[in-house]
Amino acid sequence: MDLKVNGELRSLGDVDPQTPLLWVLRDELGLVGTKFGCGISQCGACTVLVDGQSVKSCSYPISSVATAEVTTVEGLAGSDGELNAVQQAWVDLDVAQCGYCQAGQIMAAEALLRAKPNPGDDDIDQAMAANLCRCGTYIRIREAVKVAAATRRSAAEASDAAE
Amino acid sequence: MTALNYADIGDVVPTVTGEPAMASDANASGDLRIGKLDRRQFLKLTGLVGGGLMLSFTTPRALANAAALQPNGYIKIDATGILIYAKNPEIGQGVKTSLPMIVAEELDAAWEDVEVVQSSIDQSLYGAQFAGGSMSIPMNWDSLRRSGAAARAMLLEAGAKRWGVEPSSLSTRDSHVVHAASGRKLAYTELAAEAAVATVPDPRSLTLKKRDQFRLLGKRITGVDNDALVRGEPLFGIDQSLPGMKYAVYQKCPAIGGKVASANLDAVKAMPGVRDAFVLEGNGNAGELLPGVAIVADNTFSAIQAKRALKVEWDESDASKDSWSDAKAEAERLRKESGPEVVNTGDVDGAFASSARQASGFYTYHFVSHATLEPQNCTAWFKDGALELWAPTQTPAQGIGSAAKVVGISPSKVTLHQLRCGGGFGRRLYNDFTTEAAAIAKRAGVPIKLQWTREDDMAYDLYRAGGFHQMDGSVDDNGRITGWRDRFVTFTNDGRRPVSGGSLGPGVFPAGLVDNVRVEQTALPWKNRCAAWRAPGSNVFGFVVQSFLDELAHAAGRDSLEVLLEVLGEPRQMGRRGGGMHTGRAAGVVELAAREAGWGRELPDGHGMGVAFYYSHAGHIAEVAEVSVGDQKQVKVHKVTVAADVGPIVNLSGAENQMQGSVVDGLSTMTSLSVTFENGRVQQSNFDRYPMLRMPSTPEVAVHFVDSDYPPTGLGEPALPPLAPAICNAIFAASGHRIRTLPISEEGFSLA
Ligand code: FES
Ligand code: FES
Repeated sequence: MDLKVNGELRSLGDVDPQTPLLWVLRDELGLVGTKFGCGISQCGACTVLVDGQSVKSCSYPISSVATAEVTTVEGLAGSDGELNAVQQAWVDLDVAQCGYCQAGQIMAAEALLRAKPNPGDDDIDQAMAANLCRCGTYIRIREAVKVAAATRRSAAEASDAAE
Repeated sequence: MTALNYADIGDVVPTVTGEPAMASDANASGDLRIGKLDRRQFLKLTGLVGGGLMLSFTTPRALANAAALQPNGYIKIDATGILIYAKNPEIGQGVKTSLPMIVAEELDAAWEDVEVVQSSIDQSLYGAQFAGGSMSIPMNWDSLRRSGAAARAMLLEAGAKRWGVEPSSLSTRDSHVVHAASGRKLAYTELAAEAAVATVPDPRSLTLKKRDQFRLLGKRITGVDNDALVRGEPLFGIDQSLPGMKYAVYQKCPAIGGKVASANLDAVKAMPGVRDAFVLEGNGNAGELLPGVAIVADNTFSAIQAKRALKVEWDESDASKDSWSDAKAEAERLRKESGPEVVNTGDVDGAFASSARQASGFYTYHFVSHATLEPQNCTAWFKDGALELWAPTQTPAQGIGSAAKVVGISPSKVTLHQLRCGGGFGRRLYNDFTTEAAAIAKRAGVPIKLQWTREDDMAYDLYRAGGFHQMDGSVDDNGRITGWRDRFVTFTNDGRRPVSGGSLGPGVFPAGLVDNVRVEQTALPWKNRCAAWRAPGSNVFGFVVQSFLDELAHAAGRDSLEVLLEVLGEPRQMGRRGGGMHTGRAAGVVELAAREAGWGRELPDGHGMGVAFYYSHAGHIAEVAEVSVGDQKQVKVHKVTVAADVGPIVNLSGAENQMQGSVVDGLSTMTSLSVTFENGRVQQSNFDRYPMLRMPSTPEVAVHFVDSDYPPTGLGEPALPPLAPAICNAIFAASGHRIRTLPISEEGFSLA
């Protein structure tokens, strides 16, 4: 079995097709940025993108991924290592406390901004409601999503202007 | 009760005994054991290969071992850069950033030049290394500052020699030694080799900066791990991996104290990916190793599948039969009888008899779980009679001790690598998961990663105990509070002492503030383990006493803020030897929070404001909440205003984050979280039945710090206790409904 993840084709050997994507990423591919919190789609710590849509990888069997493209938190930075707008906002605003939920939060924010480049407060609250933060960093997450959205918009405008 | 003297906290360390030493609040009792270190501290200087400066404070204990000099300490400067070692576990409280900042401030290093490294566990070198009781900052403040200042003095001496000038003609700035008269400057890295042979200063001779000279402390500094975090790099316990590592799970009896009678081990071993399955007997200590069945597999999913297929016959003859409904019924009975006294000052009965008005209420709060988002886990490798652990623990030294005991080797044969913890809140003060991993690794013969599922985590926590308080109080003709009685029903695990965080002591509010106070305490036997949970004791007592104070203010027909300030009274130090609450600092934050929140202003229809103050973990914190309540009892929290006097701020960004997080955690917990027990079993198994607060219910939280030169404290805990009473008092102001049960969902309330 093969898996397309972060732009690479990775071979998996004979993994049980029922294995949740989460454990394939963590145990088989060593991509441990994606976290285990509950295993039942309640916390969002395991959020990744499958063809650009956010999914809870703990409850997403590897067989369902098929040929889809998986993006994890490890796949967000540019090839030169430059952080993307969401990651950068998370660092600049010092969002994390323990940080355990934050990969999932970042992926949920990434999915939101790909779908809605200019989200309002309610959009942010609704999109991020699936992700728990036990440390209670929601106030900074909200702010960081707005900062990242603004960065992305100005980058998009700059590249439009250049064309 | 052991009084904790924060004035010279730099000199005390908790003694390392069986149970983690928890710093506790003024109102807790019994659990605190503080041992004095020799006042003298010694600087240890070690030459580095290639030349460089390495120094640290050591205790006399360490100096005795100084023959085995190792390159260890807080600071390492060589030609390539400046390293600062972070000594304590990072659990989300920010100490991996804030402790090195303290060193860098006195070293006068530019923060961009500093690389922070997590230190090894070596208590002979570093003193106590743990994360608990909001103690990391107060316990290390002085020694870290002196450590930085000492290195700076040696760099100055090296610069003076190099240039042939007086050290007093030199200054330092941004990792450089500067000779202003000639305009010359040299980087610390260039002087490191010469500084390494400079005179080691007497730590007490060093002059430390005044607060207005700080260049780094008090600024907003992003966490040192943030870049790695947002890239998803391995940082946490759960991220650990070793060549040839197998994945383990461990099934214990759903009722604590049950033993394995039989299990379908052969069937489990035959499952795909399963390498082994075996019974462990437990070592009789529920905080270390409970009996159970271990499964070792090729990956986590196979291990979890096998655990699901595992069938165990449990011998429950000694197992827990704990029942919340029985405990509640017993408390209902006990509230009508007087119990053993903890505090009895003045004449409460007389005050009640001569009062103008009285108020009464029966307060209840449920058990709750720590629910760290990273479920407990530990990676262990037992090889050639030695054990190596990779552990997300708050108390690494105790983890080493328990692991050594259970595998039968000397603690000196155990190495523990401290890894970032995905949340602590007190849960990881206890090393049951590391002890299990050690025992499984010994039997498995290969490196294993023990992974608890969320269900394990909920079922085998050391819970924040529930409790019951029958409150009675009186006011006189002038509306002054004259009498206060708190009849407390708590729990005991060992039949002797109340559980940690479930014990009232002489410092409990309002002892010493109201003339006639009686506190009684009865403990019900309880098998499920209870332990420290973020701001132990205070997190529930704050709710009860600050809510009931509000009840008395209303009974007197007076403004709640006015009554709170009246009870605090004249500015004075309440604790012995400079420890404990200072009523002036308390009143200061109460007034600040009230002013910032606009206490007394005209509120929109249906809105109400509540105020509460609590002193815990050396922090004086007041909070004002503004809420509105819908006709279906939906509470909308419009804003929470926090005012804190916690000493000088180390990292403003981290400090503000802790305060906001404490408010969110407090709100989450008081709204809908409870763990209930029947027939010894925990009734909640995962987050679907333990619904933590999510972003849409998160209120605006404004944080105000008082400029303060008192000794600093840690901020992981003290902002949580005032939250619940501030909200409940606001709910009363908005709706006339007095909340006396947490979570408030028990009274039909929810968050809008
Ligand atoms: S681990 Fe997948 S949602 Fe919690
Ligand atoms: S930062 Fe700890 S769970 Fe979110």
